[in-house]
Amino acid sequence: MLERLSAAPARVEGAIGHYDWDELVQEDRVHRLIYTDPAIFAAEMTHIFGAVWVYLGHESQIPSNDDFITVRMGLRPLILLRDANGRIRALFNRCAHRGTTLCRKEKGSARFFQCPYHGWSFLNSGKLRAVPWPDGYACDFKDAKFNVAQVPRVDSYRGFIFATLNPDAPSLLEYLGPIAKPIDEWLDRQPGGKIAVCEANRLRYKGNWKLAYDNSGDGYHVVFSHRSLLEMENRQADIANKGMSYYKGSPDNAPMYMAYMGHGHHFKDKRPNIEKRAGGLWAVEGPHPGMEHYAQALRRRFGGKAEEILDLASSEPVNINVFPNFSLLGNHIQVFEPLAVDETNVTWYGTAVVDEQGALGGAVDEVNALRMRTQEQFPNFGEVDDLANFEEIQRGLACQEDEWVYMHRGLGIPGRVKTHDDGIITAPATDEAFMREYIKEWKRLMKASPNLVVAREP
Amino acid sequence: MQSAHDPSLSSYYVNDALYRELIDSFSDWQRDDLVIDDPGERDCLRLLVEREARLLDQLRFDEWLTMYAPECIYWVPGTPEAGDPRREIAISFDDRRRMEDRIYRLRTGYAWSQAPKSRTVRMISNIEAFAADQSGVRMVRSNFLISEFRVDGTRFLSGWCGHRFVRNGAGWQIRFRQVNLIDCDQNLRNPSIII
Repeated sequence: MLERLSAAPARVEGAIGHYDWDELVQEDRVHRLIYTDPAIFAAEMTHIFGAVWVYLGHESQIPSNDDFITVRMGLRPLILLRDANGRIRALFNRCAHRGTTLCRKEKGSARFFQCPYHGWSFLNSGKLRAVPWPDGYACDFKDAKFNVAQVPRVDSYRGFIFATLNPDAPSLLEYLGPIAKPIDEWLDRQPGGKIAVCEANRLRYKGNWKLAYDNSGDGYHVVFSHRSLLEMENRQADIANKGMSYYKGSPDNAPMYMAYMGHGHHFKDKRPNIEKRAGGLWAVEGPHPGMEHYAQALRRRFGGKAEEILDLASSEPVNINVFPNFSLLGNHIQVFEPLAVDETNVTWYGTAVVDEQGALGGAVDEVNALRMRTQEQFPNFGEVDDLANFEEIQRGLACQEDEWVYMHRGLGIPGRVKTHDDGIITAPATDEAFMREYIKEWKRLMKASPNLVVAREP
Repeated sequence: MQSAHDPSLSSYYVNDALYRELIDSFSDWQRDDLVIDDPGERDCLRLLVEREARLLDQLRFDEWLTMYAPECIYWVPGTPEAGDPRREIAISFDDRRRMEDRIYRLRTGYAWSQAPKSRTVRMISNIEAFAADQSGVRMVRSNFLISEFRVDGTRFLSGWCGHRFVRNGAGWQIRFRQVNLIDCDQNLRNPSIII
């Protein structure tokens, strides 16, 4: 049962009615306020992190009935769970009585949740199970309003769980649109087309969440922001071609490209830079703990077939960015989590190979032992430098009179940015076209008046 | 056992046997029946843990590296239970080469997360030493509090360490160090120093 929300003035936390969005977001630049204004941030929590499909988690994190994890959708605390009947639900982590969070654990298994404050308890379908001493109430608690509120639309795409509070949003499949293809390819390189989510490198920075999303497809920053990483991983290489070395020299002439795919999604495809052969990916991996041992052991055991097994431990050279908070890059699932206008969590979930059909001939443990180490590299030696730069952007943007942030690389150069028949826009790897396009979509969403709803069990 | 390969140049020693030794080392080791009572030996191990802290505070990384056995592991788990590093991502999991990489990166001058560098002081306390499965091996537990100043303020990192020391002539070398941050499973701001 869907529940309409109260009239707008009762829930608007920042008045943004007077903003001139076309002034703030222009063709070649955006105003600093979109990164610094608390009222804009408050509006984003509904217009973006409520009105579009927001990534919540992966099905492998709640494999069995009654399993749950606690997550956020914008600022809302949620319990993402598989209920007693196996249905995936996103409950507001909020007691229907006084607003207390019902669940304080990060993960677990529970058939029902009892509020620690006054003892109301709820089934994991969200339905009220019991209240203590009901004879003290005139009502009989049959009204649906006493069931826990939940996100009305929850859907998965091949294991990735998304949700929206917007009944007018397109289906998840329509929302993903053409970006579903790179997601498919990312999954289909794994045995059985599946991964399992494991632990994460969890980072936080003092800066606006969009600085991370701006960066997620940015090929321009790589050799500068990640100079220490590139120097480090090539310090002992015979040929300095490890990691993202293909960004050195003239990256715009390399075969990699950026693609804008609609609804704010964009894709940086670096695969064309890699030699197309088994072992091509492994050949450009920098040094990792255990790599020589496991490569030697796998080659002894599997001969030529070892190369494709080693590729599974290698970082897939893509950045698949689904607006507003989900990114597949390397073998990670990266999730952006806004906390405040100037504070953001960036969580890099590792993924492990699962080999249910035994396609790897028993090598799955070796692959994962290597894959864990390759995945730790970038958060340790690359991401920390980006986050330091995002923090320094946020600091720089305190200069109120210097208003503009530019994203015009590639704009106005004939033939550089191409719009294809299917609407996909492509450009060279260091181009900022994807930034201009996604921020246009952001502007459209901020101008809109989404009618968000919650659901409750009848 | 020492292999024929230089662990600064290649990583052959990080194999199934090492992972098993690592996990076994940090399972059920803080036992009252294994406590080292000898104050002289305990003091010797305590001085090593304190020396390591000082070298890291002073960014004397070359000397810090010499405290470690050639085939060693620096491990910062991402969960309080530490988990199995073959199946789980850690905050950091460095073999000798990656420890040297880490230092190399910090010295490039382009590691923006450490430019300017953090200033740190480490308090080490509650040191307990334990005997281990093999003679010539000691396990040491210590608590730490790191005050870290960088750019806009001072913050604190705290937790406890498990050191696995192995005999090296008359002295001891660090074979494994497990660093357990109390907030290891939470989002951390700029974890770019060696903890």
